[in-house]
Amino acid sequence: MISPSSDSLVKISNLSFAYASRPVLTGINMEIPRGKVVAIMGASGCGKTTTLRLIGGQIKPTSGEVRVDGKVVHQMSSDGLYQLRRRMGMLFQFGALFTDMSVFDNVAFQMREHTDLPEDLINDLVLMKLNAVGLRGAHDLMPSELSGGMARRVALARAIALDPMLMMYDEPFAGLDPISMGIVGDLIRKLNDALGASSIIVTHDVQESLKIVDYVYFVSEGKVVAEGTPEEIKASKAAYVHQFVWGEADGPVPFHYPTSQSYGEEIMTQSAKAASRG
Amino acid sequence: MAKRLVAMLTNLGNRVTSAAWRLGFASRFFLMILVHSGTSLRRFHLTIREIYFAGALSLIIILVSGLFVGMVLGLQGYDTLQRYGSAEALGVLVSLSLVRELGPVVSALLFASRAGSAITAEIGLMKATEQLSAMEMMAVNPIARVVAPRFWAGVVSMPLLAALFSAMGIFGGYLVGVKLIGVDEGSFWSQMQASVDFREDIINGVIKSFVFGVIISWIAVFEGYDSEPTAEGVSGATTRTVVTSSLAVLAADFILTAFMFRGA
Repeated sequence: MISPSSDSLVKISNLSFAYASRPVLTGINMEIPRGKVVAIMGASGCGKTTTLRLIGGQIKPTSGEVRVDGKVVHQMSSDGLYQLRRRMGMLFQFGALFTDMSVFDNVAFQMREHTDLPEDLINDLVLMKLNAVGLRGAHDLMPSELSGGMARRVALARAIALDPMLMMYDEPFAGLDPISMGIVGDLIRKLNDALGASSIIVTHDVQESLKIVDYVYFVSEGKVVAEGTPEEIKASKAAYVHQFVWGEADGPVPFHYPTSQSYGEEIMTQSAKAASRG
Repeated sequence: MAKRLVAMLTNLGNRVTSAAWRLGFASRFFLMILVHSGTSLRRFHLTIREIYFAGALSLIIILVSGLFVGMVLGLQGYDTLQRYGSAEALGVLVSLSLVRELGPVVSALLFASRAGSAITAEIGLMKATEQLSAMEMMAVNPIARVVAPRFWAGVVSMPLLAALFSAMGIFGGYLVGVKLIGVDEGSFWSQMQASVDFREDIINGVIKSFVFGVIISWIAVFEGYDSEPTAEGVSGATTRTVVTSSLAVLAADFILTAFMFRGA
């Protein structure tokens, strides 16, 4: 672990979660220290996004607990949970902007919902947030008029609207061109430091995220299989980490979807079936 | 044989259980809407906006359909009534058919197809694109902010649309009966005034359209909120809204009519 647990904003202990009988996470332990940017990496479907949803209290764990700012999330009342969420910001995979509202109204949404600020002050704050992501000039546009990278940045401005203590990013780099990827990565780091927040990035984009994070957790099949600073991860000799970081096609994560028969047997069986059908 | 019978019974049992479960879930959802309706009333502009989308934008189809239904009633009614020498009663026939039955029912069916499907598709797509999740994570309850205003907009719009449908229908009947065929204008209006009772006919019609408004809006918001977050899921939910709410309106109409108009 990177720091003493007393200084952690988020502490995940023995966390397990299952959809019906299908286990997604089994006995996960993680800590997100205050002021740091931590990445949770792993292949698609390994339980990364589920971890974010558990931190945000959208689903409840099967066992174990998530503590945010000292409070156990799944034991909170719905009012308490809503109070906590006001201090969290989340960037969804494709932005999740409200398509019936302009860029300005999207960013102003939380301010109008949760505060009694006068409209001229909201105007100043929204322009300030949009300026921080470089899109002040786009405040009149509708979400349908934005490119993928711009939409992600507007969603980022919306997520930081109330200066959250915890930022969560769900695949912030997915589907972006290298320039937008660099911009978003840079913004995540700068905003984290400027807000004095803590950030969790769920991603499978190794190279981009290793540039900006302080610590990495590797998740595979619902378990934390490796962790360390970006330097430690790059130098890691662990087979899974090595395969993931260097993008090798085969390794502990097999190229082939598992089957019960060998290739030869399967071909024979299928041929026999085809022949019997005539 | 016995195995197949057991499988069939199990299948039937599963279907009944899941239908009952879904109905229970929809009822709980209805209660949640009522509990979280404060925002729709306190910030009435949210509801007004939805009344514009569900109600005002449905005006064209409602008014044009009302006019044509009234015109057809004028033609058919005259054809039947003149056989008995009661062509002057055309105004009564047209107005009673409209305010008691056709106004509330036909406008409800049109409303389900025009506005109900739109509400389901919008909420379903908001769910599929994680907008509802995003709202939840921003500590804003989507039932209070998205669902309840749409529900109340449907409930408010439906009686108004039905009233406009009936008014246009009566005008259509007047155009055909009086202006085209030449039924006496005085008897057309005076017999209508004498025979249409405000409480018995008009208020009952309004009650019907209010109930239909609740049914359609409830089904539309529930199907949207409960839809699978995929393209196929949203399209299925939209179809279910139109089919289920149309059938529910017809069934409710029969029950309400049985209670309201018993020839007393």
